Amino acid sequence: MVEQKEQEPAMNEQVTWSWAGMVRGMRSIIPLALGGLPDGIVWGVLAHHAGLSLGEVLLMSGLVCAGSAQFLAIKQWSVPLAAGAILPIIGTTLIVNLRYLLLGAALRPWFAHLRPTRTYLSLFFMSDENWALTMREFMEERRDAAFLLGSGLLLFVSWVSATVIGKIVGMAISDPMQWGLDFVFTAVFLTLLIGMWKGKSDLLPWVVAAIVAIGADRLLPGSWYILLGSLAGSLVGAITSGGEKNVE
Amino acid sequence: MLSNTLITIVGMALVTYMARAGGLWLMGFVKPSPRMEAWLKAIPGAVLVSLVAPTVLASGLAETLAALATILVAARTKKMLLAIVVGVGVVWALRRFF
Repeated sequence: MVEQKEQEPAMNEQVTWSWAGMVRGMRSIIPLALGGLPDGIVWGVLAHHAGLSLGEVLLMSGLVCAGSAQFLAIKQWSVPLAAGAILPIIGTTLIVNLRYLLLGAALRPWFAHLRPTRTYLSLFFMSDENWALTMREFMEERRDAAFLLGSGLLLFVSWVSATVIGKIVGMAISDPMQWGLDFVFTAVFLTLLIGMWKGKSDLLPWVVAAIVAIGADRLLPGSWYILLGSLAGSLVGAITSGGEKNVE
Repeated sequence: MLSNTLITIVGMALVTYMARAGGLWLMGFVKPSPRMEAWLKAIPGAVLVSLVAPTVLASGLAETLAALATILVAARTKKMLLAIVVGVGVVWALRRFF
């Protein structure tokens, strides 16, 4: 083991928490929030067909606020909900959301020295979308941690609204696949990915992530592919980039 | 009143928050080494690649070509909305005509 005595990371030092950062987060997330509306509306329509009441739609979207987990829950829903369905639904929710452990861990360097109430309030509103934007902010040397909360709040409001609209629209909406709207998220994530490209050192980790994700998607149920691909790719990244030439 | 529905939704909410808050919390017990920092920095790209890879590379020609169009527009213009519109437009057109 070679111990590398590097200049200290100093990530935490200038992290701020301001109203301006929160507003910036809200503004930056608008395209993604709009892109997520069809998803929320579709979920609301499905929830309507699964037999959820308006109150239950509000409660689930407001308390859970996680798209893929809510889609999986609706698939397993029945009215009245059998006692035997409770644990499987909660279990799949946990598994689908395990990837948040990684996302949260990645935020640690910037959030470690904030007030715990701020950090743990912000984390309630963390999703793939605003996490990705927040990471990009931090990597571009903007260090206002309220960005996560601001962007998360806007996503929260748009998600809850969209699912309620979907519930009300009910059967009226046609198949969103037909309009290619399911591709919105892929396009969004690709665009974010382009912004994260830092050079050839990213190539191997990304290729490994893609191969593992595709393999896991074929072989395993649910969203395991996200967790496994992320782990494999990021570990390869840790090994190949080492501790030598990290902080710019 | 504790209906099965209420128990399920609250349970979903609890495990979801545990996952959202747990990663950052656990990192407080591990002193990050340069190697771990390198790992953390590699996570964002790896997560995004994993999210899109099955759709982009293994679901069909329309999705692969639309992804290429999206990447080209995003790389050239740096405009997210434009890239999204182009990507969705291409996937819509290709699914329709092929």
